[in-house]
Amino acid sequence: MNVLHYINLFFSDSTHWHGYDGIPTRLAEHVRYSLIALAIAAAIGLPVGLLTGHTGRGGNTLSLIATAARALPSFGLLVLMFVLIGFGLVPVMIPLVVLAVPPILVTTYEAMRSVDPSPVDAARGMGMNEANILLQVELPVALPLILSGLRSAAIQIVSTATIAAYVSLGGLGRYIIDGLYQRNYEKVVGGATLVAGMALVTLGLFWGIARLAVSPGVRRSN
Amino acid sequence: MNDWFRIPSDLQNSYLGLIGLHLREAVIPVLVGLVVALPIAQLCVRLRWLYPPVLWVTTVLYAIPSLAFFVVLIDYTGQTETTVMIPLGVYSLVVFVPAIVDGVRSVPQETLDAATAMGLGPVRRYLQVQLPIAVPAIIAGLRVATVSSISLVSVGMLIGNQGALGNLLNDGQIYHQPRLIWLSVITTAVLAIVVDAVLVGVRLLLTPWMPRGTRKARPAEDRPEPAELVLEDAAR
Repeated sequence: MNVLHYINLFFSDSTHWHGYDGIPTRLAEHVRYSLIALAIAAAIGLPVGLLTGHTGRGGNTLSLIATAARALPSFGLLVLMFVLIGFGLVPVMIPLVVLAVPPILVTTYEAMRSVDPSPVDAARGMGMNEANILLQVELPVALPLILSGLRSAAIQIVSTATIAAYVSLGGLGRYIIDGLYQRNYEKVVGGATLVAGMALVTLGLFWGIARLAVSPGVRRSN
Repeated sequence: MNDWFRIPSDLQNSYLGLIGLHLREAVIPVLVGLVVALPIAQLCVRLRWLYPPVLWVTTVLYAIPSLAFFVVLIDYTGQTETTVMIPLGVYSLVVFVPAIVDGVRSVPQETLDAATAMGLGPVRRYLQVQLPIAVPAIIAGLRVATVSSISLVSVGMLIGNQGALGNLLNDGQIYHQPRLIWLSVITTAVLAIVVDAVLVGVRLLLTPWMPRGTRKARPAEDRPEPAELVLEDAAR
């Protein structure tokens, strides 16, 4: 098992565990990029998805926007933004946000649309206003699906944030890009393992959030 | 105007040649992925206990970043197109398996009974009843997989100019020609949108019984985004 051998070499080398190019530093950078990108994408996708889903209007426009955003190549966009804007966090954030908005937006919209209309009518009949219906009736029921959209976006962000290293930023992609240019296979495999591991942790994290946040009644009916 | 489409000679390809190469690198893996996913999905429909673990495996494979996947494969397949295509094919499974399983499962029991009553055996029932009814779900998966595949091919540039249109990104930087970078991004995006539109057309051709024009007539079960629902299923 070639790859396993390299993974072992990478992680048992103590120089990889501290300093400027150490695993903790790179991991922290990667987490930071991912969190910022996810926060921005959620700030765009969630409100728009919730409102359009609640009113039921604009679904076609939404799926058009999602298709267009999905068609934009993340890597090409990264290089383009780097050339236009220059060194910094902004050229990395733009492609990551463009990547993450469609899944959040479309899933949130679909989640809101798939809420059973009878409790919504009941809530309206009880005199709840639209904001309360949205937040207290529709949102809890739609939450599992909304979280799945966020999770899918988060995983794509985590694995795509590796390309930030191509435009001279940090993150776990550093190991992969540097290892590639230095012909240091051990470093490449180590970096790849770390990113894949981080994506899996993200998966687990969202599973935990869903456990805690989704109301037991909704979970049972699923 | 023609200057816009001039390609540096180091890429050894014309503009149209790069588009063809890009299409080939993006579409072949998705088609192979579809062919591989069909029997896997059928197994998951037959053996229910198999479905969650299969979803977990595809999700875990999907979590491997494309760049890392490419680079690890170099050791086995070299700096070639194959190295770019293998990960793309593997990624497409995460979309296809649930899309096909959900599509095949959504066939109503009465329809299956009717097919049996008409004397169709399991193979013909699968090919002539279940598969056609699952076509909208499969095409929806095909759209998501193909578009993301077209976008990911560009990353192949990093492993020795195997990224077709993505190779223009590197040339644009080393020759200081932003034009090439614009050309790469715009062409890739247009390519993705055109392929997406073609697939929508294919679906209309394959499902003449579905209502057209009025989108509202779509059944509620026809969720257009299987890719997004995949991971949700995986965690159950």
